[in-house]
Amino acid sequence: MIAEALLPPRVVVYEGAGAIPLPATDRASIFASLLDRGYAVTRAGAAAADLQAGGALIVIGCFPDGPPVVSDPSGRCDVTIRDVTGLSVGETVAAVEEARGERRMNRPPEASAVANGPIANTAETWKPWFPVIDTARCTNCMQCLSFCLFDVYGVATDHTLRVENPANCKVNCPACSRVCPEVAIMFPKYHAGPIDGGPVAESDVHREKMKVDISALLGGDIYAKLRERSADAKTRFSKERSADQALSERRRCLTKLADAAQIPREVLDALPSPEEIQRRVEAAAARASAAKEAAGAADAGGTA
Amino acid sequence: MTEPHPQAETAAMLADDAARILYCRCAYAQVVPAAVKDAVLEGLAAAGRGFEMVPDLCEMAARRDPHLAELARGDRPLRIFACWPRAVQGLFALADAPLPKQGVEILNMRTDTAEAVLAGGLATPDGARS
Repeated sequence: MIAEALLPPRVVVYEGAGAIPLPATDRASIFASLLDRGYAVTRAGAAAADLQAGGALIVIGCFPDGPPVVSDPSGRCDVTIRDVTGLSVGETVAAVEEARGERRMNRPPEASAVANGPIANTAETWKPWFPVIDTARCTNCMQCLSFCLFDVYGVATDHTLRVENPANCKVNCPACSRVCPEVAIMFPKYHAGPIDGGPVAESDVHREKMKVDISALLGGDIYAKLRERSADAKTRFSKERSADQALSERRRCLTKLADAAQIPREVLDALPSPEEIQRRVEAAAARASAAKEAAGAADAGGTA
Repeated sequence: MTEPHPQAETAAMLADDAARILYCRCAYAQVVPAAVKDAVLEGLAAAGRGFEMVPDLCEMAARRDPHLAELARGDRPLRIFACWPRAVQGLFALADAPLPKQGVEILNMRTDTAEAVLAGGLATPDGARS
């Protein structure tokens, strides 16, 4: 979903020697328009650094003596130059889009699309929603790794927690942050603190510790409860042959969890079968346990 | 497009000793007030110096974009116009590009006014605005 192939081209707005500056009234609008279409932009001066980064580079500027010849001897950069002399903001952006050609890239949603409701999550419309670890607070207890059913978390070579597969995260679901006893999991695009990365107050820590056992919200082990509910629904389904009723039951039993933990309904609806949940829970718990044991062994080795 | 080329602007833009500036547009969400991020971008564009702009630091971090590592390991001070410092530091760490403890200043467009952000981010070491 967020593959290297979708690395967006970088646009260098060159206003240095040999070029005439863009009109001051247009400059910020051009920057904003390019950024809102997903391009990274550099204003002048840093072209050499960008060449080192590799990838596609689109250089735009007003060149009274014609566009300069720029190439990357290392071959890591694909450089395209466009003279935008006399072009409006819209025409300048169009020139960049034309220079991009067929290269695919992830793109922010347009305001009008946002207003029309949720946007399909595809390779080119992916909303960057995923957990970010505050390493200063994280104690590597691995509760989040055990909790997440979507393999978002992993373990780094130094046995610490790592966000391994951010694109696996379910957009707008902050559930794992609610099982963190240290308030160490942030979702920067969340609407409120401290989950958004804002300051953590002592009262936040107390609150998180109180609800860390999220299973208590359902009066027991969350996965056991899900399995139990599903089994009940299956029994009824076998008797009543009503898929609609089973689905309705599942929705009803998950409502409490959705409300209490602010988990989007789509995430709960997308949960795999009880058997698959069980398998994933056991796999995640095993990984968490192995990571903690390895960390413990490393600590013991270091202090021996 | 016949504006004369101000030599002072060119010199400042190409100066190697100035702090590097990184601006995050937070283009994939509406958590940074649009008025603030627009005003900050206008202020930076009018400041007559080179700077880096990215559509969304979160998206770059998820891709582990190599450009983040280049920014983190630069030898000049770095000023990041984005959101909460804790989140920004976490994003760089997630991208395997941890920010150094010294020489990095993070300006918060999520909570501060554009004026305050620009005043802090464009100040020179002697306190003047660059």
